[in-house]
Amino acid sequence: MSTVRKPFEQSYYPPVPTPMTKALRTNWVWQFLRFLVINVRMLRMVRMH
Amino acid sequence: MARLLILGAGIAGHTAALHARRKLGEDHEVVVVSPNSRWNWIPSNIWVGVGVMTPEQVTFPLAPVYEKTGVIFRQAKAVSLHPEGGEGVARPYVMVESTEPGKAGVRERVEYDYLINATGPRLHFDATDGLGPEKNSLSVCTAGHAAQAAAGLDEAVARMQRGERQTLLIGTGHGTCTCQGAAFEYLFNVEFELRRRGVRDKARLVWISNEHELGDFGMGGMFIRRGGYITHSRVFTESLYTERGVEWITQAAVKKVDRGEIHYETLDGRQESIASDFTMLLPPFSGVGLKAFDREGSEITESVFAPSNFMYVDADYTKKPYEEWRPTDWPETYRSPRYDNIYAVGIAFAPPHPISRPMFSPSGTPIYPTPPRTGMPSGVMAREVAFNIVDKMEGREGKTRTASMAKMGAACIASAGASLMRGTAVSMTVYPIIPDFQKYPDTGRDIHYTSGEIGLAGHWIKHLLHFAFMYKAKARPLWTAIPE
Ligand SMILES: Cc1cc2nc3c(=O)[nH]c(=O)nc-3n(C[C@H](O)[C@H](O)[C@H](O)COP(=O)(O)OP(=O)(O)OC[C@H]3O[C@@H](n4cnc5c(N)ncnc54)[C@H](O)[C@@H]3O)c2cc1C
Repeated sequence: MSTVRKPFEQSYYPPVPTPMTKALRTNWVWQFLRFLVINVRMLRMVRMH
Repeated sequence: MARLLILGAGIAGHTAALHARRKLGEDHEVVVVSPNSRWNWIPSNIWVGVGVMTPEQVTFPLAPVYEKTGVIFRQAKAVSLHPEGGEGVARPYVMVESTEPGKAGVRERVEYDYLINATGPRLHFDATDGLGPEKNSLSVCTAGHAAQAAAGLDEAVARMQRGERQTLLIGTGHGTCTCQGAAFEYLFNVEFELRRRGVRDKARLVWISNEHELGDFGMGGMFIRRGGYITHSRVFTESLYTERGVEWITQAAVKKVDRGEIHYETLDGRQESIASDFTMLLPPFSGVGLKAFDREGSEITESVFAPSNFMYVDADYTKKPYEEWRPTDWPETYRSPRYDNIYAVGIAFAPPHPISRPMFSPSGTPIYPTPPRTGMPSGVMAREVAFNIVDKMEGREGKTRTASMAKMGAACIASAGASLMRGTAVSMTVYPIIPDFQKYPDTGRDIHYTSGEIGLAGHWIKHLLHFAFMYKAKARPLWTAIPE
């Protein structure tokens, strides 16, 4: 499994999420807020046409 | 009385049919010709492919919906267009061949006043030796293919449960494939499923694609604002692959698929192979291969259809280098330049050129994605074309509606694991779909409207969209409130 501790491999360069970033991705409260934000963004796309 | 004939009942054709029928008076007819008796919400095939949905959950029979809405349905496939009539018939017509059980192969002429070609793609497995579910690899392009892929995945998981290590190769099966987004979704759903079934440590997951770099998706990649930076989609995509432990091979044209071994050529000219125990590779798309004939019966296919078999519309097909591509090359009304009562929408229209930069290996093999035409733009262009035709049929002199992909945004949710509590999906918006480097010199797109993020919220939306679009396609009450 690739990790940032292995330099000079293909996977060394990309950023990897911190544990906090990963936890927020499935945190229901935070994700409920993101749900609203993403819906607004998508509706803006729909309204453009 | 006038008749609108629609070929194809996929996302584009079905959208056009429902909108046209609801807008047109009773004295006009809407006829749909499509070979499948069932409608398929294709985006959810990904979930059929990992066994979390069944083919029945992503399809439904079309006939009752058309009966309810007053659309005439012929279960048949179009074979040839006769836009000037012929053989004693004055009106334009399409020759169709029945696919209905008991009538299969029976041919019939279906006359029309207006025609929409929404026949989508031919899944061109034959383009690569050994590619496809009838040969040596799996697919998720249809609900049936996806069910087969799910069975293949179950077998691979069973082997891992017995302690065997397995290599799973997922991606594109030819140098000119499109629809990388679908393969990407399948890859991450498989990865999620392997973790759920407790065998992730036994699996080596490898992505193979014709993209120049990860995150291209046939859209030439995109820039988004994130964490105080304007960053290319490549960075986020590589990040996700790294985080989930997926290896990647890009700039690759798969040349041959043997059982257990896949051979490919790279952009720098290397001939490589990789062993694989489970292989899901998408085929390249072409048009379905309709022929066209004039009144005298002479073949005119070449002036109606591009060599790819997609239909010419009001795009600028002049051959020009990447640097000279312009957003105005892309079609606006989707009308055939030769016949002003024929239109092509969704995947069926011939794009003027790709979106990603064309690249060739030293031996001349094309290795770059062809342009995707995803669900949202396919639905929007189908609706606008249907409204324009309705105006003409009813004799209204309205302003012609346009739906250029260069002036349209798109929202796309790419699933990366299906679970209501632990799933994730990448939620993306892009505006415009076709980059405009004159207007947005650095990024090609409007950075305020182009976004991407991964999280559980995306999965909730994708799940809700599944039900919303199935509901809408069934023309249930207030279906028009659900956007395309
Ligand atoms: C696995 C997968 C996942 C995807 N996921 C997404 C996603 O998440 N979001 C998204 O926006 N897009 C997604 N797409 C793309 C999306 O499915 C397409 O953009 C969309 O289906 C295009 O619509 P269409 O009507 O042009 O073609 P289709 O939906 O393919 O419809 C074509 C229709 O024409 C019919 N037909 C074929 N031949 C003939 C003939 N000779 N005569 C008459 N009818 C004919 C077919 O039976 C079908 O009914 C995905 C695609 C795939 C393959």
